[in-house]
Amino acid sequence: MDGLEKYMEEFDEELDTSGLNCPMPILKAKKAISSLSAGQILRVISTDPGSLKDFQAFAKQTGHELLEAREDNSIFFYLLKKRDS
Amino acid sequence: MTKKKLAIIASRGTLDWAYPPLILASTAAALGYEVRIFFTFYGLKLLEKKLDLRVTSLGNPAMPMPISLPVMVQTLPGMEMLMTQMMKGKMKKKGVVDIEELRNLCVEAEVQMLACQMTIDLFEFKRENLIEHAKPGGAATFFEFAGVSDVNLFM
Repeated sequence: MDGLEKYMEEFDEELDTSGLNCPMPILKAKKAISSLSAGQILRVISTDPGSLKDFQAFAKQTGHELLEAREDNSIFFYLLKKRDS
Repeated sequence: MTKKKLAIIASRGTLDWAYPPLILASTAAALGYEVRIFFTFYGLKLLEKKLDLRVTSLGNPAMPMPISLPVMVQTLPGMEMLMTQMMKGKMKKKGVVDIEELRNLCVEAEVQMLACQMTIDLFEFKRENLIEHAKPGGAATFFEFAGVSDVNLFM
């Protein structure tokens, strides 16, 4: 993937949900972020166009911070920072 | 912070209608909700250990079909099986999670599952054929939770 260099932000864990549809990206993200410590960053990759709004809503309701949400060629990248518990 | 609560009544037992309660339940759990589902009537099929869920276009003119089939053709033996296979194939292709996996995720997320005792008796379901996680109960048991829930949904 060529565009990937653009997204080499710092993160602690990566979760690739490519090909999965609603609600799997959120369910997997929830699981992945549970295993992180407060302040650590999870990067999620998704191909679900609905995920853009869903990740914003997920962050808003759970208190984890959505540092970034980007789209590149129909692939979505999210950076979620785990909240203090 | 007290958890928000979601109560769902799942009353349908077809492959397509198995999804809405389990998608919403698992998602709500991921958002921090405490969730309980009351499986009643045909919804009880979703609690069977060995899931045998089907879909048919009969009585459902809104179901998208690759080709338009007259109702008489839709009633032919094997059509239900065929449509179920086609639906499963389409779901797999589109990355929609397998229903058993989704149910497992709900169990893992501690979504409470209440199996309608009256339906168990009525349709002679065997307790041992339902997943362990499901607990038999009645309408009053459901309202213990529904009455203090933030969201109540009937499906």
